[in-house]
Amino acid sequence: MPPATGGGLAESELRPRRGRCGPQAARAAGRDVAAEAVARSPKRPAWGSRRFEAVGWWALLALVTLLSFATRFHRLDEPPHICWDETHFGKMGSYYINRTFFFDVHPPLGKMLIGLAGYLSGYDGTFLFQKPGDKYEHHSYMGMRGFCAFLGSWLVPFAYLTVLDLSKSLSAALLTAALLTFDTGCLTLSQYILLDPILMFFIMAAMLSMVKYNSCADRPFSAPWWFWLSLTGVSLAGALGVKFVGLFIILQVGLNTIADLWYLFGDLSLSLVTVGKHLTARVLCLIVLPLALYTATFAVHFMVLSKSGPGDGFFSSAFQARLSGNNLHNASIPEHLAYGSVITVKNLRMAIGYLHSHRHLYPEGIGARQQQVTTYLHKDYNNLWIIKKHNTNSDPLDPSFPVEFVRHGDIIRLEHKECPLKKIWRWEQKETSRNLHSHYHEAPMTRKHYQVTGYGINGTGDSNDFWRIEVVNRKFGNRIKVLRSRIRFIHLVTGCVLGSSGKVLPKWGWEQLEVTCTPYLKETLNSIWNVEDHINPKLPNISLDVLQPSFPEILLESHMVMIRGNSGLKPKDNEFTSKPWHWPINYQGLRFSGVNDTDFRVYLLGNPVVWWLNLLSIALYLLSGSIIAVAMQRGARLPAEVAGLSQVLLRGGGQVLLGWTLHYFPFFLMGRVLYFHHYFPAMLFSSMLTGILWDTLLRLCAWGLASWPLARGIHVAGILSLLLGTAYSFYLFHPLAYGMVGPLAQDPQSPMAGLRWLDSWDF
Amino acid sequence: MWGFLKRPVVVTADINLSLVALTGMGLLSRLWRLTYPRAVVFDEVYYGQYISFYMKQIFFLDDSGPPFGHMVLALGGYLGGFDGNFLWNRIGAEYSSNVPVWSLRLLPALAGALSVPMAYQIVLELHFSHCAAMGAALLMLIENALITQSRLMLLESVLIFFNLLAVLSYLKFFNCQKHSPFSLSWWFWLTLTGVACSCAVGIKYMGVFTYVLVLGVAAVHAWHLLGDQTLSNVCVFCHLLARAVALLVIPVVLYLLFFYVHLILVFRSGPHDQIMSSAFQASLEGGLARITQGQPLEVAFGSQVTLRNVFGKPVPCWLHSHQDTYPMIYENGRGSSHQQQVTCYPFKDVNNWWIVKDPRRHQLVVSSPPRPVRHGDMVQLVHGMTTRSLNTHDVAAPLSPHSQEVSCYIDYNISMPAQNLWRLEIVNRGSDTDVWKTILSEVRFVHVNTSAVLKLSGAHLPDWGYRQLEIVGEKLSRGYHGSTVWNVEEHRYGASQEQRERERELHSPAQVDVSRNLSFMARFSELQWRMLALRSDDSEHKYSSSPLEWVTLDTNIAYWLHPRTSAQIHLLGNIVIWVSGSLALAIYALLSLWYLLRRRRNVHDLPQDAWLRWVLAGALCAGGWAVNYLPFFLMEKTLFLYHYLPALTFQILLLPVVLQHISDHLCRSQLQRSIFSALVVAWYSSACHVSNTLRPLTYGDKSLSPHELKALRWKDSWDILIRKH
Repeated sequence: MPPATGGGLAESELRPRRGRCGPQAARAAGRDVAAEAVARSPKRPAWGSRRFEAVGWWALLALVTLLSFATRFHRLDEPPHICWDETHFGKMGSYYINRTFFFDVHPPLGKMLIGLAGYLSGYDGTFLFQKPGDKYEHHSYMGMRGFCAFLGSWLVPFAYLTVLDLSKSLSAALLTAALLTFDTGCLTLSQYILLDPILMFFIMAAMLSMVKYNSCADRPFSAPWWFWLSLTGVSLAGALGVKFVGLFIILQVGLNTIADLWYLFGDLSLSLVTVGKHLTARVLCLIVLPLALYTATFAVHFMVLSKSGPGDGFFSSAFQARLSGNNLHNASIPEHLAYGSVITVKNLRMAIGYLHSHRHLYPEGIGARQQQVTTYLHKDYNNLWIIKKHNTNSDPLDPSFPVEFVRHGDIIRLEHKECPLKKIWRWEQKETSRNLHSHYHEAPMTRKHYQVTGYGINGTGDSNDFWRIEVVNRKFGNRIKVLRSRIRFIHLVTGCVLGSSGKVLPKWGWEQLEVTCTPYLKETLNSIWNVEDHINPKLPNISLDVLQPSFPEILLESHMVMIRGNSGLKPKDNEFTSKPWHWPINYQGLRFSGVNDTDFRVYLLGNPVVWWLNLLSIALYLLSGSIIAVAMQRGARLPAEVAGLSQVLLRGGGQVLLGWTLHYFPFFLMGRVLYFHHYFPAMLFSSMLTGILWDTLLRLCAWGLASWPLARGIHVAGILSLLLGTAYSFYLFHPLAYGMVGPLAQDPQSPMAGLRWLDSWDF
Repeated sequence: MWGFLKRPVVVTADINLSLVALTGMGLLSRLWRLTYPRAVVFDEVYYGQYISFYMKQIFFLDDSGPPFGHMVLALGGYLGGFDGNFLWNRIGAEYSSNVPVWSLRLLPALAGALSVPMAYQIVLELHFSHCAAMGAALLMLIENALITQSRLMLLESVLIFFNLLAVLSYLKFFNCQKHSPFSLSWWFWLTLTGVACSCAVGIKYMGVFTYVLVLGVAAVHAWHLLGDQTLSNVCVFCHLLARAVALLVIPVVLYLLFFYVHLILVFRSGPHDQIMSSAFQASLEGGLARITQGQPLEVAFGSQVTLRNVFGKPVPCWLHSHQDTYPMIYENGRGSSHQQQVTCYPFKDVNNWWIVKDPRRHQLVVSSPPRPVRHGDMVQLVHGMTTRSLNTHDVAAPLSPHSQEVSCYIDYNISMPAQNLWRLEIVNRGSDTDVWKTILSEVRFVHVNTSAVLKLSGAHLPDWGYRQLEIVGEKLSRGYHGSTVWNVEEHRYGASQEQRERERELHSPAQVDVSRNLSFMARFSELQWRMLALRSDDSEHKYSSSPLEWVTLDTNIAYWLHPRTSAQIHLLGNIVIWVSGSLALAIYALLSLWYLLRRRRNVHDLPQDAWLRWVLAGALCAGGWAVNYLPFFLMEKTLFLYHYLPALTFQILLLPVVLQHISDHLCRSQLQRSIFSALVVAWYSSACHVSNTLRPLTYGDKSLSPHELKALRWKDSWDILIRKH
């Protein structure tokens, strides 16, 4: 469509956010109030009112911030025991202080900050954080809680400023601030050692700086413009660094930026060079800077966590070699596999373990009654195997033979090494060494696969013991490298691939994992292995340090492990899980602490008045928004004031609605376990929408009834009643956050009696 | 009136001979030797069993799609007089003589054949040239994967047919809109759009993608209509209303109609009954109705009942107990109460009977008049055969140590008192004084002492529990969950106080009196819900593939292999078409981006009408590809190459559009244009050649030597079956 068709109105619509920066915006924002004041006392000199305005503006902001801090820090030390997920994140904070390596499905920044806060406040990392309910006793926990509460407190002023900038209306901003301050859910979530306050802090910071830089658009490349743009980038890195949910705000900023660039690109008064500069600035600040910061957090993470710890097993052998205390650390082993080498073979999929066999046979009725082959997560003598040529049983370690390396595509036999380590070189004792063997019998658990057994005596078996060893992608040339080569074992007779199904065997298999030979040749990690330990006296040892993965490789691997970990968090059947549609209606809360009537109970639940108002507002917004949009599309001529207000509604409200949508609907597509607290970022946006919507609607109402003498009062009265209503509901529900003792809510004696409005709330 | 007397009656017929020729070739390619092979090919084994169910009018449940698709296939069987007597047990099994193979495969083949002329018309309606339209149709004609899929008793070709029909009729409607809104043909095409959309959804849920696309395009057009200020408000309103009715109301009504017809057709009880609720089963002829007919409605103190778990996962089962006790010490060293086991048992058994007892009285018979049990009443549940009552206590359950063990109480005199009082909660009650009703009421049993809830944990007990399912008392029960809810299935008023007599009574079948009619909407919603909630677990298949492999045709599916020779049928596409389709898509995307950017800087490369044509063609064809392809990346179910075929047809439609665009707008001179045309002809002949080379694998009519088969394996990842001798 040629630009002319839109007409003048469209042109002016296209630049809604082109307001002013910083203090100017502040002054502009106060204009309504000022205009009102001026109207009432026309004699007052103009400069005085402006100064009064600025002071009032700062005072309001200070009030909002103060109130937010006061509510968040009130009774922060209660209860003095571990609440809910503090057991995880507190523990991970301790890991940072103790520098032991661990694994978590979230990126490290949040936990690192918690650890740092604990470190600075004198927590020594000795508390075990075993389970919820454990008393902290003499351990210092207030530093970590205080840090989270500190970040959580900033949400309210941030939301206040964002709404102020979007709507240019103090009352809308105040309403938003009140909704968030008085929401028991936000309050509860900000008071404990959790990732959520940190995450929400960064999300809101990104949103605020994005809005601010939008309103600087009329002065591109000025200092405030650069400041807000780069601050957006920093906050994005922060949000993503705490949880992957941060991707949603990145998406929002990305969409906003694309729209912005699209607009600039269509502005024919700008040369292409200028547009190119704009593009470069955004690429620098919104892509390069966040990526650099995000990578930096990982660099710090790997640097700090240098000791072996509970997370080792999740990572590949090469990765483990980095960790001091791990047996691969500083080890030196021969680099290339040769015949006669004693090796352990590890599955590449995490939490599967090493190829293992033991004397016990498969029980009657389950395949052939031969020796079991399993995978086992722990290091054990029974994980040792010897690589032999398929056709000779001669001792390849005989010094008279030259060293022969195993090559990609060779046909080999894997002989189980059962004798303890000290006897390894006394070959005459190998009495029961069986070969890795497979045949056309169905596997014990996965019926479509073939069974894998140990077969043969002293290495003499049959042709079913022959395997072809193949290197995936053949990247490393012909020889097979320890740790680095990804290998597959292909059974020669049946053509199937050695793999582990990951299913736990019953008691007869000692609850180790099933090993099968899969006829499906698709490359999955379940059927790819690598060699971890390697002993061969004829070969020179090399230090593993040269094999150490580079930083990009570590980064990539830890992301793969995190993503797999995340998608591995599947709900089990017959388990109560929270569904995304429960969340906006505040259907069910989360128990933070305490169950029985004698306990100190904290229950994470949104303030129902706030939440249901939010829900109503979304519906109202969609209705009023579409009415206005249709009216405009039909070419209705709106009076100037209504046009201005509907711009606020469509632009500012639309921005926030987009935020809500992006932070809520993707959860419907997620397969992992979901919890109530996942909704809180979306709830922040929804509260901002409520603020903007009610303020605009009340103003429209007042305008529509302008002939009526009390019309002006409608707006003030409406906002005031909403503010007071919210505050009163907070008074009613505050025990949810600050803790309840005494009988449960069903009991008429309980302080919460009569407040259990839904049966599904259990407090 | 008598005009025909004055003027001669003249019938003028415009016959587009190329359309006729295309239809003829389409029919020929799809119907040629349709009954070959006379054996079960690939997924025919899956759809066939449902056709048999239809023929025998037995109820079944299939989670793969709504019933319309199965009904279309069953129609073929009905027309051919199929009696449903065939055991669909393995791929490759020879059809017996009572199976009308030709008519079973006819409808999908017809749908596949008609897609060819429809492709022609769609491109024509997009206002591209006759030549481009012919190109699209000819590509459809020779695409091997489409031929294979159409010639068998499978649903994809029918789905593609309705997808194309929806797009075509929307385009016809849209073109009517310009000159004759609210005319007869306008109404016809608008309604047909809605009908085709709902048929597509009715065949497979995948049809939703195309429906969404059509809805989206219609919404954008309606939005433009709103902005048209030459139309009056009333007129705009009528336009919007007509669209809403045709594109939203009609599809919903039709979709319900499919289920209505389905439930009328399959009214007999069958092997899938157990998945459904008791009330649903009672509505099937010969199902639960046979047992429950005439049983008393209201449960009273003294009633003998069987209790079925509402959740029914992993298998539907009934609360059960038997003589054996929990082992004193479990394998992991934890101890138990050593009392009588309580389990959930997936088969009908005399040990599933329980007696509802009033805790204040001793008698186990129904008094006269019966005293009904209401919501909130305290009850004891006495096991019929052992007369022990249901009990739970603070002992860890065998497999779920966080929950309480549930047992039938045995007094060992070890100061462990019986805790056998349960409070009845009717979950779906209308009021708090509701009576507990057979089948209809869903109830929870809340333990009075510990407020634990009777729950099916879903775990299988080890051998000592005969691999039955574990029952626990859940202490932290949050909200409603099916595993804690039970309903009475079989019910009778107990009459014998004496144990021996009672045992005899329990063994005798329940005989009783009410027939229950569920409304259609209740049956529909239950059936639909179960279909969506059913998850088949085993997700590994030899020929499953991932969406990334589809675009480049890195995978194939072996459909059938001749039992003796090496003749075989594969789902294998025409690689030239697949690759050039993807290329065309990329070219379309790049060109569009280029044009968009240039237009933004006020450089108009294309005249306005050419630009609008280009955009609409892209929205429907490239958009159709995207909506039918990209969602698969989010799906976790097992995927196969044939899932890509709907997306492929849209890609094929896009191909000639892009070619014509290049020739019209990017070739600057006549010479360039001629060279380009020659290239296109060469390219098309190579596609024909490939199609012909792969023909033995498409029709499976020729046995190739191992050497020839090896030569056909153009990609390492293709799995072509070569017999070892």
